[in-house]
Amino acid sequence: MSWLHFAVLSPFLFTLIVPLLNKNIRRIHTGWFVLAIPLLLFIYFLGHFPLDPAVAPVVHSLPWIPSLGIHFTLYLDGLALLLLLIITGIGTLVVLYSIYYMSMEREALHNFYVYLLIFMGAMLGIVLSDNLLVLYGFWEMTSVSSFLLIAYWYQRSKSRYGAQKSMLITVSGGFSMLFGFILLHKIAGTFSIREIIAMSGDIADHALFIPAMLLILLGAFTKSAQFPFHIWLPDAMEAPTPISAYLHSATMVKAGVYLVARLTPIFGGNMEWFWIITIFGLITLFWGSFMAIRQNDLKALLAYSTISQLGLIMSLLGIGSAALNANFSDQALLFSGAALAAVFHLFNHSIFKGCLFMVIGILDHETGTRDIRKLGGLMSIMPISFTLTVIGGLSMAGLPPFSGFLSKEMFFTGVLTAARNMDQWVFLLPAVAWVASILTFVYCLILVFKTFTGPYQPQRLDKTPHEAPVGMLISPGILAVLVVVFFFFPNLLSLSLLEPALHSIMPNLLPPGERFDVSISAWHGFNTELIMTIGIILLGTMLYIYLKNWSGIYDTLPRKYTLNNAYDKGLTGMERMSLKFTSTYMTGFLHNYLSYIFVVMICLTAGTLLGQGVFTIDLSTNSSIELYEFMLGISVVIAAVYIVFSRSRMTSIIAVGSIGYMVSLFFVIFRAPDLALTQLVVETITTALFLLCFYYLPKMKKELSRLRFKISNLLISLGVGITLTLIGLSVQGHNLFDSIARYFENSYELAGAKNIVNSLLVDFRAFDTMLEIVVLFTAGIAVYNLIKLRENRRNNR
Amino acid sequence: MKFTDVILQTSTKILVFIILTFSIYVMFAGHNNPGGGFIGGLITASALILLYIAFDVKTVHEIIPIDFKLIGAAGVLISLLTGIGSLALGYPFLSQAFAYRDLPLFGKTELATAVIFDLGVYMAVVGTTMTIILSIGEDE
Repeated sequence: MSWLHFAVLSPFLFTLIVPLLNKNIRRIHTGWFVLAIPLLLFIYFLGHFPLDPAVAPVVHSLPWIPSLGIHFTLYLDGLALLLLLIITGIGTLVVLYSIYYMSMEREALHNFYVYLLIFMGAMLGIVLSDNLLVLYGFWEMTSVSSFLLIAYWYQRSKSRYGAQKSMLITVSGGFSMLFGFILLHKIAGTFSIREIIAMSGDIADHALFIPAMLLILLGAFTKSAQFPFHIWLPDAMEAPTPISAYLHSATMVKAGVYLVARLTPIFGGNMEWFWIITIFGLITLFWGSFMAIRQNDLKALLAYSTISQLGLIMSLLGIGSAALNANFSDQALLFSGAALAAVFHLFNHSIFKGCLFMVIGILDHETGTRDIRKLGGLMSIMPISFTLTVIGGLSMAGLPPFSGFLSKEMFFTGVLTAARNMDQWVFLLPAVAWVASILTFVYCLILVFKTFTGPYQPQRLDKTPHEAPVGMLISPGILAVLVVVFFFFPNLLSLSLLEPALHSIMPNLLPPGERFDVSISAWHGFNTELIMTIGIILLGTMLYIYLKNWSGIYDTLPRKYTLNNAYDKGLTGMERMSLKFTSTYMTGFLHNYLSYIFVVMICLTAGTLLGQGVFTIDLSTNSSIELYEFMLGISVVIAAVYIVFSRSRMTSIIAVGSIGYMVSLFFVIFRAPDLALTQLVVETITTALFLLCFYYLPKMKKELSRLRFKISNLLISLGVGITLTLIGLSVQGHNLFDSIARYFENSYELAGAKNIVNSLLVDFRAFDTMLEIVVLFTAGIAVYNLIKLRENRRNNR
Repeated sequence: MKFTDVILQTSTKILVFIILTFSIYVMFAGHNNPGGGFIGGLITASALILLYIAFDVKTVHEIIPIDFKLIGAAGVLISLLTGIGSLALGYPFLSQAFAYRDLPLFGKTELATAVIFDLGVYMAVVGTTMTIILSIGEDE
C-alpha cells in the first residue's frame, strides 16, 4: 500500500461514512464534507506537478492475484496526471456547485454523494491502472455509477430509460473491450500496459492483433459516445445537472479518449488504427454538431455538442497516431502536433463544457425550464450567467480570446497536415472538419442568443427568473476565468502538463532526454487555418440568421430510420424473442425441470462412460462386506422402494429421512465422524423442512396420468439409477489423479489443526467455503424474498 | 403450525439447552476434533427448529427477538473480513494463522484465525437455515 493506492481508494472509503453524516448531521449540507475528498486529492496530485521527464514516472505495485498476473499497479505519468487534475479539479467544483443545486430538504443526498464518490474513485483507478484487467474493473464501475446517477430521479420513466440505455451500450462495449484485453494478453503474455508497450514492435504481426484492436476500440467508442453508439448520451441528460457536467462531459466520456491515447504506443503504428479512429471521429464530429442545432432542450444541445467535441478529440488522436507509422517517419513531429492538439482540446473541452453545463443548470434552476422556445431576453435579468455562457459558448465555437480558439486552430493544422502528407482522398478530412466547425459555430450562437436575447416571455416560465446565488456562480465562474487565462498564457499549461502527456502517448518518438516543441501561440500569421476560421464565422452567422429557411432538412429522414428507433425496436424484439424461447421450456412444472436435469445427466455421464469404454469392475482391492453392512444396504433399498409406492406424504418423508440416517450410519462404519455428524443434522433439518412445505400441499391423490408419461418417468429413473451404479462400480478401477491425501497429512504442521476435514474446510480450501456460504446465504435471501414478495402482493390486492 | 403438546414442550425446554451447548462445543471443537462451523450451525438451527415446533412462531419470536437474516449477513461478512484481514497484513487472501498462548483459566491454548472464519460459517449457516425455514413456516 502506498499513498497513491490510498488516494485511489479514499473516495470508496469515504462512501462508508457519507450515509452516517447525512443522517446525523442534518443542519449542514452533506456536500460540504464530501468536498474535502476531491479538494485534498487535487492538492495531492498537484504535488506531482510538474513532472520532470528526466525522472522516471511514479509506479507503485501491489500484488493482488499474482497467479493470474493481476497486480494492482498504479502508474502516474503525464497523461495520467492531466486526467487526474481534470477529475479532481472539476470534481471539486462540481461538488461545490451541487451543494447549492441539490436541495438539502428534498433530495436523497447520501445516495447522490455515494454514487458520485464511487464514480470518482473508479475514474482515478482507470487513469492510474497499469494492469488491463484492473482498468477494466474500474471501467465497469464507472458505467454502474453512471447508471445509478442517471437514474437518480428514478421515479421518472425517462430517467430509467436513459439509465438503462447508457448501461446497455457502455457495458456491452466494455465487455467486448475485456475480450480485446484477453486477446492482448494472449499475444503479449502480460496484462501490464507498460510491458506490452515495451514489446509493441514484436506483437504487431500477430494474427490476433487486429481483432484485439477492434474489440478494444469498440469499448472506447461506446464509452466516448462515438457514432453510432452516441445515442445513449442525450438520454443520459436526465441526470441532475452537476452529474451531466461531471460525468457526461468532463470525465467519464473522456475515458474512451484516454484509453485510445494510452494504447496509441501499442497500436498507433497501424494504418487500421489511424483510419478507424480518424473516420469515426470525424463522422461523430459532423453528426453531433448537425444534430445539436435541431435540439430545443439546452441540455440535449450540450449533449450533442459533447458528442461532436469528443469526435473532434478522437479524430485528432487518430491523425496523431500516424506519427508512429514507419511510412511517415519524416513528418512524425508534424503529426504529433495533432496528438498535442487532442490533449489540449481534451483539457479545454472539460473546462468550457463544464462551465456551460453549470450555467444551464442555473437557468433550469432559476426559470424552471431548459426549453429554448420558452427562454429568451434573460440578458438583463441574469447578466453574470449571460457572461459565463458567452465565454463558454464562444470558446466552444473557437473564437478568440478564449482557449477553445487555440485548440481549434491546432485541430485545423492537424487535419491539414494529414491532407498535405497523404494522398488518396484524405483531402476530404479538412472539408468535413470545416463543415462540422461551421455547424458548431451555429449551435453555439443558438445557445447564447436564443437563450439570452430576443423577446422575454415571463408568462411561459414556471418561476420568476433572477440571478443565481453566489455559491452557484463560483464554480462556472472559476472555469470561465480559466478559459480566458489559458488563451493568454497557454504555455503555462503546455510545457508543464501537455508535453508530459504527449510524451506518454508517444514515448519512443523522440530520442531520450529530448522534449517536444509544444509552445502554443494565438497568432501564426495569415495562414490557411485563420482563413478557415474567418470562413466559419461568416458562413456560420449566415446560417444562423437563415436558420428557419433550412431547418426543414431535419425532417427529411423519417423517424423510422433513426438510430434511436433501431435501438428501441432491437430491445423490444430481443425481449420478445427471449420470452418466446424461455417459455418453450420453462413450463412451471417441477417434474419437467427434474426430467431435463436427469436426462442431460444420463446422456452426458452414461454417454461418456460407455462411449469411451471406461467402464470396468475391479473389486480386488475391496475389503470383504460384513453382514451388518449388507443388512444396512438392504434396508436402504427397502426404504427407497417404499417411497415409490407410498400413498401418503408423511410416510414417504419419514422413509426419505430414514435413508439419510442409514447413510450416516455408513459414514460411522467407514470412520468418517464429521460426515456422519453433518449427514445426521442435515437429515433432521431437511425432514423438518419437508414437513413444513408439505403442510401446505393438497392431499396426495392417486395419479391418473397417461401411460406414456409413466413410462418416460420409469425410463428416466432407471437410467439415473443405472448410471450412478455404474459410476460407483467403475470408480475403483481408475486412478486418474494422484491421491491428494498426502497433501493433508501435514495439516497439523501447516494449519495447527488435528481435524483434517475441518482444516480442509476453513484453511486449505477456505476460499471455496467462503463462496459456498455466500451462495447459501444468497439462496436464503432468495427464498425469503420469493415468499415475502408474494405476501406483499397479496396484501396489496 | 400450531398445536400444543405438553410432553413435547416440557422436554423441549430442557433439550434445547443441551443441544445448544453441544452445538457451541462442536463449533469450537472443530479445529482438532470432529465438528466445525457448518455442523455446529446446523445443530443450533435444529435446536431452534425444535423450539419452533414445540411452541409456535409468535411465542418463540417474543422470547428470541432475533432477525436471522442479519445473523447470516454478519456471518458472511466476518468470513470475508478475516480474508481481507490477511490481505491487509500483506499475506494472500484468506491466509490463516495460529499460535499457542498461555491464557488464564485455559492454560496453554491454541489460538487460530481459522476459528474466527469458522465462526462466520457458523453464523451464516444458522442465519440462512432459520431464514428459509421461518419464511416458509410463517407463510400463510
